[in-house]
Amino acid sequence: MSTPTPPRTELDADLGGIEAAEEPKAKRVKKRLTSRGATAAAIVIAILWTIPTFGLAISSFRPEREVKTTGWWTIFENWGWTLDNYNTILFESGASSASLGSYFVNSFVITIPTTIFVLALALMAAYAFAWIPFRGASWLFVMVFALQIVPLQMALIPLLRIFNYDWIDISGTFAAVWVAHTIFGLPLAIFLLHNFISEIPRDVMEAAKVDGSSHTQTFTRIVLPLSVPAIASLAIFQFLWVWNDLLVALVFSGGTVKTAPLTQRLAEFAGDRGSDWQLLTAAAFVSIIVPLIVFFSLQRYFVRGLLAGSTKG
Amino acid sequence: MNRRFILPVTALAVGGLVLAGCSGGSDDESSSGASGGAMAEGCDAYADYGMHDGETVQVYSTIQEQEADDLVTSFAQFEECTGITVDYVGTQEFETQINVRVEAGDPPNLAIIPQPGLLQRLVEAGAVMPAPEAVEANVDEFWSESWKAYGTFDDTFYAAPLMASVKGWVWYSPTDFADNGYEVPATWDEMMALTDEMAARSADNPQYRPWCIGFESGDATGWPGTDWIEDIVLRQSGAEVYDQWVAGEVKFSSDEIKEAFDTFGEIALNADYVNGGFGGPESIISTSFNDGGLPILDGNCSMHHQASFYEAQWPEGTTVAEDGDVWAFLTPPMAEGDPAGVTGGGEFVAAFDSDPATVALQTFMSSDTWANERVSLGGVISANTGLDPANASSPIGQAAIEILQDPETVFKFDASDLMPAAVGAASFWTGITDWVNGTRDTDDVTSFIDSTWP
Amino acid sequence: MMSTLTVPAMQLAGRNDNFWADAGSKLGGAAVAIVIFLAVVGLLMFFADRAPKKGRDFIQLTLFVAPALVLLATGLIWPAVQTIWQSVTDRDGTWVGFDNFQVVFTDPTMLTVLRNTVIWVLIVPVASTAIGLAYAVFIDRSKGEKVLKSLVFMPMAISMVGASIIWGFMYTYRAEGFDQIGFLNQVLVWLGGTPHQFLNVPPWNTFFLILVFVWIQTGFAMVVLSAAIKGVPAELHEAASLDGASGWQRFWSVTVPWIRGALVVVLTTITIATLKVFDIVRTMTGGQFETSVIANEMYSRAFRLGQPAIGAALAVVLFVMVIPIIVYNVRTLRQHREVR
Repeated sequence: MSTPTPPRTELDADLGGIEAAEEPKAKRVKKRLTSRGATAAAIVIAILWTIPTFGLAISSFRPEREVKTTGWWTIFENWGWTLDNYNTILFESGASSASLGSYFVNSFVITIPTTIFVLALALMAAYAFAWIPFRGASWLFVMVFALQIVPLQMALIPLLRIFNYDWIDISGTFAAVWVAHTIFGLPLAIFLLHNFISEIPRDVMEAAKVDGSSHTQTFTRIVLPLSVPAIASLAIFQFLWVWNDLLVALVFSGGTVKTAPLTQRLAEFAGDRGSDWQLLTAAAFVSIIVPLIVFFSLQRYFVRGLLAGSTKG
Repeated sequence: MNRRFILPVTALAVGGLVLAGCSGGSDDESSSGASGGAMAEGCDAYADYGMHDGETVQVYSTIQEQEADDLVTSFAQFEECTGITVDYVGTQEFETQINVRVEAGDPPNLAIIPQPGLLQRLVEAGAVMPAPEAVEANVDEFWSESWKAYGTFDDTFYAAPLMASVKGWVWYSPTDFADNGYEVPATWDEMMALTDEMAARSADNPQYRPWCIGFESGDATGWPGTDWIEDIVLRQSGAEVYDQWVAGEVKFSSDEIKEAFDTFGEIALNADYVNGGFGGPESIISTSFNDGGLPILDGNCSMHHQASFYEAQWPEGTTVAEDGDVWAFLTPPMAEGDPAGVTGGGEFVAAFDSDPATVALQTFMSSDTWANERVSLGGVISANTGLDPANASSPIGQAAIEILQDPETVFKFDASDLMPAAVGAASFWTGITDWVNGTRDTDDVTSFIDSTWP
Repeated sequence: MMSTLTVPAMQLAGRNDNFWADAGSKLGGAAVAIVIFLAVVGLLMFFADRAPKKGRDFIQLTLFVAPALVLLATGLIWPAVQTIWQSVTDRDGTWVGFDNFQVVFTDPTMLTVLRNTVIWVLIVPVASTAIGLAYAVFIDRSKGEKVLKSLVFMPMAISMVGASIIWGFMYTYRAEGFDQIGFLNQVLVWLGGTPHQFLNVPPWNTFFLILVFVWIQTGFAMVVLSAAIKGVPAELHEAASLDGASGWQRFWSVTVPWIRGALVVVLTTITIATLKVFDIVRTMTGGQFETSVIANEMYSRAFRLGQPAIGAALAVVLFVMVIPIIVYNVRTLRQHREVR
């Protein structure tokens, strides 16, 4: 490959020190790279990308009448703010639904275990594919990669059928949702983590082997610590995907109030109050808060995040 | 909120009177627990359903929000008295998910199915239990033959009807009519003449059109249009052609059906007649069915064609009455003296197992006790003849119940709900949206729909 | 599995009253499940480590890959096999050959579906990656990078249902002469145009749905590529600028080759996500107005319209469409292994 290859030592430093990039030299070079035009373009993109959500946020605080008759950009002419929409969304519950709080809880109960299961299993598999030589390794890895395309809609019935076997019988519980989500998350997680783990310098791994480390030791003592940035970034994505899922939870949890996640409630709102924009906007805004908090709190890992290793062609 | 104890006392009183009809033999074995000390107050009417402490029955349906709340509330006393917990799940993915769950061997205990076509598919898949004796006894007593027939396949009766709606109402504002000297039309021609008269008003108010129509309804967009066509076919060509059309014997591209499209087109495709408060004919597809009739209140349109359940869409504080803010007349017949045909819809309760608790709830839902209890909570009606029209929360509900219970009424079930799903829940909807959108003409759209008939 | 999973049946009346007890028991159940899972994995690792030298490698290999493979075999491979089988048989399991595929490739509605999917796949990956890359380069190490990054990443955090609400609101239509409440129509009006029904008029409505997906995926591309860009050694830029390369030239000669691997991963991931796109179409138009795509059509054929065989055939078409991507990635993987 014609691609320049960095000296090994620097890659080591990259993997270890997350903030290592903030060197003065880098800054100097950078300064010459960024032009005014680029900054302007960036700001334009940022604004374009934010307008929809911004409009949503404003609308969610406006009274019903205003939302339905005037645009949110006329907020100065049609002044009026209210918390009623949030009041309705958050605290109203009927005989057939709970307040939003319990859907929140369900979303957490679904998302957190799933994220951990996927990460743990995918890390182990990715390590094996990258560093344990065995016959058929590449072939198996390609198959796992290809499984990404299986539309999960087609897996619903066969999997649900399995969950209904008498000796398993977990359909309608959180366990069913966890297992289903874990399965559907694995191919992409293995693919992305493999990209990262396989980039760990061979010398490092070989040194471990010379020291007499077994695979489990190498995995826990070397691979795991080195993979923290990748794990963190993948954790964010996995969290988001599961948090935002609607279909899997609906099918495998049976959709009862006991197990239904936030997205299901949101979809109910969207389906049933399709034109009550004031409520829809508030509900949508509530549903993005947790993902945003997760993103902001783990954001620093993106500095040297997922795929930082796979920079060679 | 503790809704269990705020059930209307009247409903209980009604419930207490009427259980004679549902003491079929089959639930005898489950009624042994009735003598147990756990019976709560006011449970006399529920004694026959027996005690099923700790049992849970899952009910799966399309119904959500307010209507779902009312449905769950209507079970409250039943739950109290029988010890059954009703686990209610309402989702707009129902029509797909019920197939997934049945196919996967994970069906709910009961499902409330809004289309006989879907019910038939589930029956053919061998998933639906034939109705227990007690349910059949209730249906024989409280429903007409034709309602029972919708739940019967190959001479086996499977699913009892639940709620019903009468379609083909034309909503209007009595004040608007009085102020302008309009009369409620008695024939289709009078209605068209009235439309023409009204159209002149757009000179003063450019947003005004006689009719307002909304087709948008998520992935079911277009269904309000199919209601129009069905109403016209029934009135124009009669009940026999209607039935043949449902059965696929009369094709969409036959003259009768094309004529119905063209008749509807005189309104829906005419920019002078639609779409008050929203724009021209092109705005029909982007106007949600929920909002469709609201311009009547702003004086931007005068008439809106929609089922009796549209009552729930009027904003809080709107009086629905003959002398109120809005009221409705039935789409008039083509000529005076034509038989009074109405179209309507309904739901059916299918059971996927025959556990005693499931049977108990299924029986309860087919009883007049339930019908009275549910209807008195408002918003819906039922064709159950044991239902006292006075229990309906509104005049329009009462009027609809009277129509349903009138033996003279030629009641025809919503054709699109009876047709195969590939037509009734797909190409008929998309076809009519394309047609209103102007991307297909009548010939094109009817032959397209025919081509999708399985 | 675990008794804690069965949440005690809630009484109708008390759904809110025992919110905290209920939440506690659910979250407790989740915690127990996590602890048990980690304990089992840890114990297995512990014993595998102490396994007899002979066969230890095999035991450890099994421990590492078996759980994932077993899950994938049950949850994805088996369904895929069933789907393929279903696509060439009828309800009773009799062989019907390629009849279903013939429908897929001749029915006019289906051809629209296929055409739409191709349009999606041509546009989304390239547009998201290009915009994401440009943005990542523009904001790299600039002031307020974190904030700027978050703004574009935000759509990633929004569920498809939420995104459909947001964009449904953006696209809302009111006829000419009425006050617009949808922003894009207001912009059209400001520019002197007439309001447009963005979601209802083919063929452009497909592009407006695509826009929503690009809006979401750009955040993914940007975040991943930004991380990759930060891996480009400063020396390479220095050397290139000493040679007199402009910013634009340095971008193409230094940055792009360096992050090629990340680009491939991003393009691959987004392409696959696009092939499977479902929620946006389903929630925004329901596939009406000629906007349906394969995954949506598959879902409604299989589960709503009672044509599971056609649905299965569509799924198989999806499998086939992804083969070129797999082949490309396999080649990259091979080369990569040789280099190492």
